[in-house]
Amino acid sequence: MTAQEKSWKEIAPAGVCWKPSTKFLTGDWKTYTPLRDLEKCTRCLLCVLFCPDGAIRWNAQKGDIEFDLNFCKGCGICANECPTKAIEMKLE
Amino acid sequence: MKSVVKQEVLALNGDEAVAYAVKQSDVDVVAAYPITPQTIIVEKFSEYVANGEVETEFVCTESEHSALTACLAASATGARAFTASASAGLALMHEMLFVTSGCRAPVVMAIANRALSAPLNIHGDHSDTMAQRDSGWIQMYVENAQEAYDSIIQAFRIAENLHVLLPVIVGLDGFTLSHTLENVQTLSDEAVKKFVGTRQFPKVMSHEGKTVPFRLDPENPMSMGPIALPNYYFEFKRQQEEAMRNALSVIQHVNEEFGKISGRSYGDGLLDPYMLDDAEIAVVCLGSTAGTVKAVVNELRADGVKAGVLRMRTFRPLPVDGIVDALRKVKAVAVMDRSMSFGGSGGPVFHEVRHALYDLPAHPYIVNYIYGLGGRDTSPTQIRQIFEDLRGIVQTKRVESSVKYVGLRE
Amino acid sequence: MFSEWKFTAKDIAEKPDLFLSGHRACAGCGPATVLRLIMKAVRGPTIVTNATGCMEVVASIYPYTSWATPWLHTAFETAAANAAGIETALKIMKKKSKIKQEQIDVIALAGDGGTYDIGIQALSGAVERGHDFLFVLYDNEAYMNTGIQRSGGTPLGASTTTSPAGTAIPGKLEHKKPIADIMVAHGMPYVATASPYYWRDLLVKVRRGIEVNGPAFLHVFAPCPRGWRSDPAKSIELSRLAVETCIFPLWEAVNSEYQLSAPSKVMALSPQKKKLVKEYLQVQGRFRHLFTPKYEKMLGDIQRITDERWQRLLKKCGITQPAKTA
Repeated sequence: MTAQEKSWKEIAPAGVCWKPSTKFLTGDWKTYTPLRDLEKCTRCLLCVLFCPDGAIRWNAQKGDIEFDLNFCKGCGICANECPTKAIEMKLE
Repeated sequence: MKSVVKQEVLALNGDEAVAYAVKQSDVDVVAAYPITPQTIIVEKFSEYVANGEVETEFVCTESEHSALTACLAASATGARAFTASASAGLALMHEMLFVTSGCRAPVVMAIANRALSAPLNIHGDHSDTMAQRDSGWIQMYVENAQEAYDSIIQAFRIAENLHVLLPVIVGLDGFTLSHTLENVQTLSDEAVKKFVGTRQFPKVMSHEGKTVPFRLDPENPMSMGPIALPNYYFEFKRQQEEAMRNALSVIQHVNEEFGKISGRSYGDGLLDPYMLDDAEIAVVCLGSTAGTVKAVVNELRADGVKAGVLRMRTFRPLPVDGIVDALRKVKAVAVMDRSMSFGGSGGPVFHEVRHALYDLPAHPYIVNYIYGLGGRDTSPTQIRQIFEDLRGIVQTKRVESSVKYVGLRE
Repeated sequence: MFSEWKFTAKDIAEKPDLFLSGHRACAGCGPATVLRLIMKAVRGPTIVTNATGCMEVVASIYPYTSWATPWLHTAFETAAANAAGIETALKIMKKKSKIKQEQIDVIALAGDGGTYDIGIQALSGAVERGHDFLFVLYDNEAYMNTGIQRSGGTPLGASTTTSPAGTAIPGKLEHKKPIADIMVAHGMPYVATASPYYWRDLLVKVRRGIEVNGPAFLHVFAPCPRGWRSDPAKSIELSRLAVETCIFPLWEAVNSEYQLSAPSKVMALSPQKKKLVKEYLQVQGRFRHLFTPKYEKMLGDIQRITDERWQRLLKKCGITQPAKTA
């Protein structure tokens, strides 16, 4: 138990969650990291849709996709599904 | 006590009295599954719905398990929810009883107390609710149809109190109360609606960092019923224990408040003593049996015997202090149990009462009588024998056997 | 009957996730992709309720939650009863003006254990009573949360920890229960199957399930690399192969009228495009034993049964042309 954990008097009843999981980073699980070839990428966004971890996002302002390695678990679905083979999984 | 509102006397059996109280309590969702001897509650309530007499959604589920689950989910959504069951039905709900109390859903449930199989038996005893003792529900046992009506109304106030927020079982003896017609004084719809009030919600912090009402609301999303690992699970159980402790005074307060509008109250809401002040011998019991015991006490008193009764109206939370106060001067106590704890030393009520008295420097002799299982009648003569046994214990200062069976063929 | 919903990949990508990052599903988790996609198809305020299972556990480890929408978990067998309670509460509270919102949708989520097996009674009851909710089955074909035990949704021949392939028995001996057909038999207004590779088809079906008045059931194929002993990178590919081999055909039944969905129609109209089940089975460790001389007969059985089920489905969809196996 850590000092951050609260006593029974401090927490809401019935286990109402008080932190979003976006505060829990899963990026250190991975052994492979996705590398994208910007030339080959057509921005079809299939990787954004298929990523189980929501770790690839469409940045509308930039008009491009972004990898959030804080959450990427290195599964390689993005690389496998990329129609132009623009993503390569690299051993960390 | 004098009633301050007009009341109407209706001829109702215990089940009908429960249904009538639910009808008046501004309940949003009733989800239930029929089972003898609770069936009349469900049937009667269905009639109210069919005739448009009540603004409540009635869900006739495919099982008791789903009935309680639907009530729990409705309650989490913010609704006032009620269900009713008995025996095997309550046993099937077992898993969800813990989830309901753990989710702090203030569901109210009437139980027409009935024996558990096997062998199959549809008649009254307390095996069903006693088996749910540690499920985190408040448990109240009523003496007659009038108290069934009154207690259901009170139960919503108790359950939904923000210092409590726990589900409540109101137990009425199967057939003896559920199916027996009595004159029941009923309050007006307005008086009941005002008494129960609208449901309030505690404010909790959600994952968005906002302090919001504790219910499922798309405007203020929150996650309920997560998985808690060893680092937090224990804390939630401690909270439930605190809520139970808080319930003691809340039950007393609600009993008193109800007395003010109806003219009826039941002891201090937790314990209902009768002729106990100067009693030398006393019987502790639950539910309708208290009526028979009181009648016997009246006879004994006429003969100069200082006998009394302590009816335990609230079994969970256990009113330990009240039990001690009520019984500290008594010389011998008989605890009546209408269920068994196989392999234990006596029935569950006996365990509790004996345990409560342990810290007294000098405690009374205390013995256990198991009675009435599977609907077996217990006569005034048998009750008189129990008091007779207590007098013998006081005279001889000896307890021959601490657990006895009433009306059992040896 | 259904509203027109046109969208591009960009539209979907731009929608904020309601199933958030930071959940603790395994790398390459099929159900996690399924949930992310499903939650992109909601039409407005939505309450989600979850049976106990992988997706419940990985997304709600206290004090964290991955749910940006109201979410309730109670027990394993209770997803449909939860939904029934929520939907009923919303209906009456709206009527009594205890809530403001005009319309709140209810989605129940359960895995194969919470649907085929322990949850089927509550599901059948809730559907019979006609509650207005969408039940989504994410089918990873075994009890994965407790470590790959067989369920009624585990396919013939799969090795699980309670139907292990041994020297005497070639994995599971029983067939996958036709759960979606069982739901159609309830006479409910909307039943469909979907697979995440065909994400567009999946999203449309989620939306239809939400829009329909009364209960809807969506059976979504959800590969589990941990339990299937498959490459985490291949989860979406497997969800394609299952459709191309007709092991998991895509269809919908609106008011019990079966209709083949576009991805499966390809195989119906051009039978040569239908792949052999071997192609799907050989990339999964749970079927590895079927590729040994001792048990290879079962491969033939699986092909034959898949073909028979496909033919029966085509008949139900009114497609008479006999589709020959490639």
